[in-house]
Amino acid sequence: MKRIIFYFVIVFATATMTNIACNKDIEGRTDNIPALAPSNIDLNAGTWKPVLLTSPSEFAVAAPGAINTPDYIAQINEIKSWQANLTNDEKRIVQYWSAGAVLRWNEILRELVAKHNLPPYQNDDGTYPVPSASNPLAYPQFPFANPPYAARAYAYVAAAQYDALIAAWYYKTLYNRPAPYKVDSTLKVLIPKSDLPAYPSEDAVLAGVAAEMMKLLFPGDQEFIQQKAEEQKRARIIAGANVRSDIEAGEALGKAVAQKFVARARGDRAGAAVGNATLWKQLEDGCTEKGEIPWKSLETPKRPPMLPLFGKVKPFLFDSLTVITLRPGPPPSTSSEEMKAEVEAVYYQTSHPTREKMRIIDFWADGAGTYTPAGHWMSIAAEDFIRKNFSEVRWARNMALLAMAEMDAAIVCWDAKFAYFNPRPCQMNPNIKTLTGVPNFPSYISGHSTFSGAAATILGYIIPERAAAYDAMAEEAAKSRFYAGIHYEKSDCAVGLVVGKSVGDYAVKRAKSDGAE
Amino acid sequence: MKKITTQIGVGAMLLFAMLLPHSLSAQTDIDALMMSKHEFCIGPMYSYSSWKNYWEGTRKRNNENLGTVSTKMLTVMGNYGITKKVSVLFSAPYVKTKASAGTLQGLDGIQDLSLFLKWRPFQTKLGNGKLSVLGIAGVSFPLSNYTPDYLPLSIGLHSKTALGRLMVDYKWSDFFATASATYLLRDNIKIDRESYYTTELHNTHEVEMPNATNYNFRAGFRNQRWIAEAVANIWTTLGGFDITRNNMPFPSNKMNATTIGANFKYVLPPLPQLSIVAGGNTTVAGRNVGQATTVYGSIFYILDFSRKSTSTAPTLKAN
Repeated sequence: MKRIIFYFVIVFATATMTNIACNKDIEGRTDNIPALAPSNIDLNAGTWKPVLLTSPSEFAVAAPGAINTPDYIAQINEIKSWQANLTNDEKRIVQYWSAGAVLRWNEILRELVAKHNLPPYQNDDGTYPVPSASNPLAYPQFPFANPPYAARAYAYVAAAQYDALIAAWYYKTLYNRPAPYKVDSTLKVLIPKSDLPAYPSEDAVLAGVAAEMMKLLFPGDQEFIQQKAEEQKRARIIAGANVRSDIEAGEALGKAVAQKFVARARGDRAGAAVGNATLWKQLEDGCTEKGEIPWKSLETPKRPPMLPLFGKVKPFLFDSLTVITLRPGPPPSTSSEEMKAEVEAVYYQTSHPTREKMRIIDFWADGAGTYTPAGHWMSIAAEDFIRKNFSEVRWARNMALLAMAEMDAAIVCWDAKFAYFNPRPCQMNPNIKTLTGVPNFPSYISGHSTFSGAAATILGYIIPERAAAYDAMAEEAAKSRFYAGIHYEKSDCAVGLVVGKSVGDYAVKRAKSDGAE
Repeated sequence: MKKITTQIGVGAMLLFAMLLPHSLSAQTDIDALMMSKHEFCIGPMYSYSSWKNYWEGTRKRNNENLGTVSTKMLTVMGNYGITKKVSVLFSAPYVKTKASAGTLQGLDGIQDLSLFLKWRPFQTKLGNGKLSVLGIAGVSFPLSNYTPDYLPLSIGLHSKTALGRLMVDYKWSDFFATASATYLLRDNIKIDRESYYTTELHNTHEVEMPNATNYNFRAGFRNQRWIAEAVANIWTTLGGFDITRNNMPFPSNKMNATTIGANFKYVLPPLPQLSIVAGGNTTVAGRNVGQATTVYGSIFYILDFSRKSTSTAPTLKAN
């Protein structure tokens, strides 16, 4: 009898536990979205205005072989042999990539940024090591994908993808080779059919250009990047969307376009943005000479400021002189009553945190180990673009506009930060305890506010019905930094939003004249 | 012969427990004590836990931007004897965290309610002593909407949990040894962010929490008046990932900890309803956790709800 009772206890305990531990499987928001079926294939995109290419035909793509040749038929048969014996993994990659390759590469890039967005640990002597692109796998791994680095990475990949697709569309309409399923109606098709010419394959163009760009930006992750590119190309053949020659021509075109962007990246002055000890000292002294309290690192040991020369990086949407004209006027003097009131407001905020403010802080923090504020706006944009059924080329164009706005916002913001070298609220008042990590660079103007102002402006132009929502999000993102105790509300956040919007306006100006509307 | 075997057995368990490393006070879900029928024991417990060093994955380090991280807890604990073989327990802590250095603000709030059903279905004479087998089932759930995504200063992990525990206790004269094994299920949690990186990027605000096991060994002296015991505890997270270099911790990290400690309980002679408990433990091995040292104390009072009872000295049954 006792034994029976004992077993009953065990059964009872097990039942309780099973009840509580519900299904643990978690589905990401974009894991199982349907295949991209654009409402408009944008057949004229070969005439759109590229970012760097001098013309869509700058890189030659040879005419494809005719569709009645034995070579083409052999390529159709290759698709059939894949399809004869599909594994679950093969079905999975077709499903994954069919959702849209600009989307998927943007997600992959966000993943790499999050992986690499970690400040290096100090040396024994209290200095900090700097990651080296020539030795990316040694600690500290290259890169430290901090917000400016990340914004630049998103911009280069997106802009290069956009230019490469303009070239691809140009050759598609020039050669007008049909998709394999239009040639052989017995072919199974695992993706939505399209009237878009298949040569060169837009997916292979994207794989080629994205992989080349990302190998430059994340040289330690080449194997991971290459594996994604191979997977994507295979998915298109398996799906019956492209024959091998469509893929090969596309990949070659993508790689060629990437080289143009790689050359620009090597000469855009980002490589020198870290600065050196002499420069760091100069920034501090310059601020002191003006009679202001200079910014100090609040980390122990003191960490040199993040990329003080990033403001000198060459922007995409305007020239470097415009960066100076976009620089806002100075923040209130560190000795002024105005500044004292700003500090007091921050102190009051952080002394009265509510759960809702904590939620806003956490939601927008995008700090170490995340895809950064620019990545957050990419994510917001991507999920709205999914609902718009854009063609791949329009996806690329819209992502490039957003990403270039974010990179240029980072440049303008960093220019202001190091022109004024203004201290953080908790440097002014050490009693201020923050609700997120204090970023290791000057306060004025808020990076989050600048990124968000720029993003909301261009996104509101692309999707007008969401403009008010984007503005509200940008306001909340800016406010989150004040709530967290790391920025002044009026000077850092409010001015950051205004400057961000000015940068966003340049993206809108480009959008109005790029031939896509 | 039988007598010698038992003594050796108890001695060996005691030694084993001393060598190994944790846990809270006496008369909880983790000890073999039962309440008398219709007695209700309740009391506050205060604990202070702090660490300066922590394990970032398997790498031990300190962090000058955190200094010493401390957690103060004030817990209300209660235990009611439904029968002499079945009791229910609860506990609900208020938690306050703090970092001594750096700029990060500590948090405070009401954490999770834990409920346990403790059943002693089996007890027999073995040698000169008494062998008991206990089964414990427990659940816990958050009592407030605190954030788990602010480690190491969040007040908890905000996961609903359920546990099953099997416990064996042997008491010989005034000496005892108890061993238990626990399997803990943890429900997914939601964080305020829309995405997070573990070893890959997750585009969701839901986080899968790995389950955990806990092994607890305790042995020492136990009678109606005194308990003095050494405790070792091994907590292992089944899954999860390591904190990457110079990153912040995350709720679904692989958190492991081995602790050793001691507990004392004293029942006041003039007022046998009242008992005082004190103890402490320290972390001797870990992964993705602070190397914490914890001290605690509590006062328990027993209320007797059994009408027919005429006893003036209700006590925990120190079997």
